[in-house]
Amino acid sequence: MLYSLAGIALFCIALRAVILATAPLRAILAVNVMSSGVFLVLVALARRTPGLVADPVPHAMVITGIVVAVSATAMAIVLTQRLRANVSAPTVEDTPGAGP
Amino acid sequence: MTALEPGSTWVVWLIVSPLAAALIAFLLPRVAAAIALANALFMGVAALALLDLVTEQGPHRYSLGGWGAPLGIDLYADPLSGVLLVVAAVVVLATLFYSRDYLARTAIGPLFWPISLFLHAALNALLLSADAFNLYVTLELLSLSAVALVALADEQRAVAAALRYLLASIVASLAYLLGVALLYHTAGVLDLAALAERATWTPATWAALGLMTAGLAVKGALFPVHFWLPGAHSYAPSPVSALLSALVVKAPFYVLLRLWYAPFAGAPEAVGTLLGLLGALAIVWGSLQALRQARLKLLIAYSTVAQIGYLFLFFPLAQSRSALQGVTVFILGHALAKAAMFLAAGNMHKCLGHDRIQDLHRVARELPVTLAAFAVGGVCIMGLPPSGNFIGKWLLIEAAFAQGEWGWAVVVVAGGLLSAAYVFRVLGHAFTVDDKPVDASGAPASMAWAAFALALLALTLGVFAAPLIDLIGGPGETAVAHLSSREP
Repeated sequence: MLYSLAGIALFCIALRAVILATAPLRAILAVNVMSSGVFLVLVALARRTPGLVADPVPHAMVITGIVVAVSATAMAIVLTQRLRANVSAPTVEDTPGAGP
Repeated sequence: MTALEPGSTWVVWLIVSPLAAALIAFLLPRVAAAIALANALFMGVAALALLDLVTEQGPHRYSLGGWGAPLGIDLYADPLSGVLLVVAAVVVLATLFYSRDYLARTAIGPLFWPISLFLHAALNALLLSADAFNLYVTLELLSLSAVALVALADEQRAVAAALRYLLASIVASLAYLLGVALLYHTAGVLDLAALAERATWTPATWAALGLMTAGLAVKGALFPVHFWLPGAHSYAPSPVSALLSALVVKAPFYVLLRLWYAPFAGAPEAVGTLLGLLGALAIVWGSLQALRQARLKLLIAYSTVAQIGYLFLFFPLAQSRSALQGVTVFILGHALAKAAMFLAAGNMHKCLGHDRIQDLHRVARELPVTLAAFAVGGVCIMGLPPSGNFIGKWLLIEAAFAQGEWGWAVVVVAGGLLSAAYVFRVLGHAFTVDDKPVDASGAPASMAWAAFALALLALTLGVFAAPLIDLIGGPGETAVAHLSSREP
């Protein structure tokens, strides 16, 4: 119970950080803290029955969740890098002066 | 119900085929377009076959690897997922056909084909999932491929929009995942049907309801958390905008719909009313924003924000069967019409070199088929007969009157008037005569006709809607049977 509450607290703190973040990197880090919070809740809730054997299903969910979080983080970092590199290759839909 | 039932493997092909095609398209860029088109055709056939199967035999369950729920993962198909699979295949086919010429001589082709195939695989898997966690995974796959497609438009604002989309989407899915964790804690199962039986209203279920609904509202761009949509949908390459606006943004709504019939079937009316109110605000706000836009693609993107509002009017009216039927027909109509409008806008953009609404002079003369596609799509969005959107709105209004809540009906009608205003604003400029010459030579006919075909389908959807409506929420539909048993 303590661990799940800690997980929910992490989730909330990080959610606040994401909303307030101005720099992309900060937001990416905060999102990762958020996912750690969710995983903590999942692992803590896996111990539902008093006894030694924990429920394996939430563990499987955590592993899948970690894979998803890693891929999403990688993608976010690539996009951030591209933003910073400031390369603006011409595309089919971009012509000078076509701004909003 | 067994794995070896003849014809039941369509469910598997609908997911495996686009995945395999994506890998081949990635490895062999030369044949990527051909493979993607062939796969889209096959998806159309498979979706129709599956729809036929579930119409004949009722909802269909497929246990992957022979492991049934609750331990294994089940795929589930019923008429609702069947018609959505068919319309997804149609929109993808037309969009990919359009993209062949659209992407010619650009650098983004080699990546567009495999990622769009991944997107289709994720979408099909989502429509066939019957498991709260599987829905999370497929939502993530869908968002990641959608973000990658937006970022293909290699300009600063598109990348910035893609990043914002990605972050919003991760936060939303984490909220959803936390909700799944809490639901699993209370019920001990993940399968939606089993959840429906076991769900009890504990505080954890309440928290799950809030977290999952909020997460799906962000992903589905419900007002006021639609902030990521206009940028992502308008700065993306036009075929991508069409896929995102027509299909991807409906997926979170579909998940919420499924949840509403399973674990959250007993949710109090106030939650449905709140979602309906936000939907009504989305209709008004999105339409007003659309009226204010200077760029055509932004206008269409804000129109999507408004049209999503209609979907959420389902929740306060969920008790009546015609609400589900109406919202389903509306999803189909909007998918076809909005894809047509974005494809037409992309064609104008490609030919004119811009999409400023004010400078769309003489489009009517130079790009008649393209403009016709846009206009017909616009007429459908307004909800004029015989479009599918008209039937959808009609059924929603019927549901509103059946429950004596005529306020929702007023919203539906007012939204139609507002959408007429922004569509005619574009058409007005398009018919303006101007002396400036417009060079329309760069428009391959295939692009214009792909858009027009979609628009025509959207317009005639109302004619074919009757059998569709009978399918949805018919006697075979367990979801509705379940819901009606809960009616007080």
